Amino acid sequence: MSDHAEISRLKMSYGWLSGLKSWWRMLVICLEERLAYRTDFALGTVMRFLPIVTQVFLWTAVFNASDRTDIAGYSRDNIVAYYLLAMITRAFSSMPGLAGGISRSIRDGSVKKYLIQPVDYIGFLLASRIAHKLVYYIVAMLPFVSVLFFCRSYFPPAPDGLTIAAYALSLVLSFLLGFFLEATLGMIAFWFLEVSSIIFAYMLFQYLLSGHMFPIDMLAGIPTGLAGVSLADVVRFLPFEYTAYFPAAVWLGKITGWELVAGLLIELTWLLVMIGVCRFVWWRGTKRYSGFGG
Amino acid sequence: MGRYFKIFSTFARACLVRDMTFRANFLLECLTSLGWMSMNLAFYLLIFSFTPEIGRNSGWSREPFFAFVATGLIINSIVQTLFMPSASELTEMVRTGGLDSVLVRPLDAQFLLSMHRFDFSSMANGIVGVALLVWSTSRFSVAPPLIAWFLYPVLIACGVAILYGLIIMLAAATILMGRNQSLYDFWFYITNFSRYPAEIYAGPWGGPLRMVCTFVIPILLVVNVPAGTIARPLSGNAWGMIFLTCAAAIISVGLSRIVFQAALARYRSASS
Repeated sequence: MSDHAEISRLKMSYGWLSGLKSWWRMLVICLEERLAYRTDFALGTVMRFLPIVTQVFLWTAVFNASDRTDIAGYSRDNIVAYYLLAMITRAFSSMPGLAGGISRSIRDGSVKKYLIQPVDYIGFLLASRIAHKLVYYIVAMLPFVSVLFFCRSYFPPAPDGLTIAAYALSLVLSFLLGFFLEATLGMIAFWFLEVSSIIFAYMLFQYLLSGHMFPIDMLAGIPTGLAGVSLADVVRFLPFEYTAYFPAAVWLGKITGWELVAGLLIELTWLLVMIGVCRFVWWRGTKRYSGFGG
Repeated sequence: MGRYFKIFSTFARACLVRDMTFRANFLLECLTSLGWMSMNLAFYLLIFSFTPEIGRNSGWSREPFFAFVATGLIINSIVQTLFMPSASELTEMVRTGGLDSVLVRPLDAQFLLSMHRFDFSSMANGIVGVALLVWSTSRFSVAPPLIAWFLYPVLIACGVAILYGLIIMLAAATILMGRNQSLYDFWFYITNFSRYPAEIYAGPWGGPLRMVCTFVIPILLVVNVPAGTIARPLSGNAWGMIFLTCAAAIISVGLSRIVFQAALARYRSASS
């Protein structure tokens, strides 16, 4: 091997190691930042369970008044389990403050430091978000386990190993999909400085179309005007259901067999599309970005 | 008092000018706010496609329930317009030391911190709430009595006062904790309990929860009592609940004042 090739190899391995070190450093910084305000963080985590309580009582009241044993294929117990599972999915796919933070950094100019430093901004944000989630899971573990144990009677028997593996995969993909969806949204600020309304509008659609509000199956009876096509069929073409409905439905056994495989492949496709779109929007946005002042 | 009213109107004017400077954003905010509300209404319509009422023999069938929703919209839009934008800014003011500049001003700190910024786009929901109230009450089988229409705005004011007291106490928690980014979340989650009729909180867990949310944190009185006054006959314990709501409003505002002053006394500046 020539000296030149050896130097290149060393440079490459050093570059790889250096990149890994940067990621680790970013992760540690973000962990420290999150843990600096522990009380606020713990309070925010525990409070997320409050809406579930309301939903349990609401659906119990609905079932009591209607004498029905199931609604859109969901029993009362199924619905409670669904909301809890959707909440677990949202713990992976929700990205509080991500889009708003990106748009703010573009608006106030602080994004320019990432343009001159040898740090990949999207990579930094991803590391930061992983740190955020790690701290969240540590803090949320106890309340989550307690609530799930307390509500265990609402759940059907645990699915088989393969379904659990598919469920875990769908959760990881939902985290990445949620991240790239919201990161792309925040970068719209390169074109429109004030994007808070756009972010809110997105959150609104996300809440409705992801299945966070109610199982998407409940839309199956609503026609769209197209023969044989219900509103649920239209919603299933969009990426949102993978950020709440899909993993929950997988665990509850509503999606099985080839339908499950197809669902995972569609989720993966949406993720790859969003990675591409996010990178493209960043590239185009930084091309037109102008930073003034010191 | 006159001075405070003048300052209040100056703040309101300045915020309106700011909103009108970014008219497209203002319009978009109104639309998204209406979108959120429409989404919730669609959800309720979906629920009523599965059941004739919410809670067996609760009396909350479709039209009375929409009067309930309308009342919630009106109360929340008042709070969101007048108090929430200022309160949500407080968390960063405490963390960055910006609160210092408020404390040295020759004005009441609580007034300045809770009423210096307004969000006029939130009024859109209130307007729709009024329209929804008119629509739903016009479809009642028995029209609400005149006394109910007199009591309704008073009880709306009581509901707003209870929520204002809660906001101020949350703001006080911000001062004590140094940072409280969960303030807005907590607000959303706690007011979530008031979004549905109190009758849904039944059973071995619902009963105690209903008691706590009525007598300890009187969040269930905020919408339930004014909506119940207009949508249901003024009989049984209705008058008791009306008096309880008025008392809760007075206690909530008074207690929040005491808690806020105590929190300010313990405030340590974050700035150098």
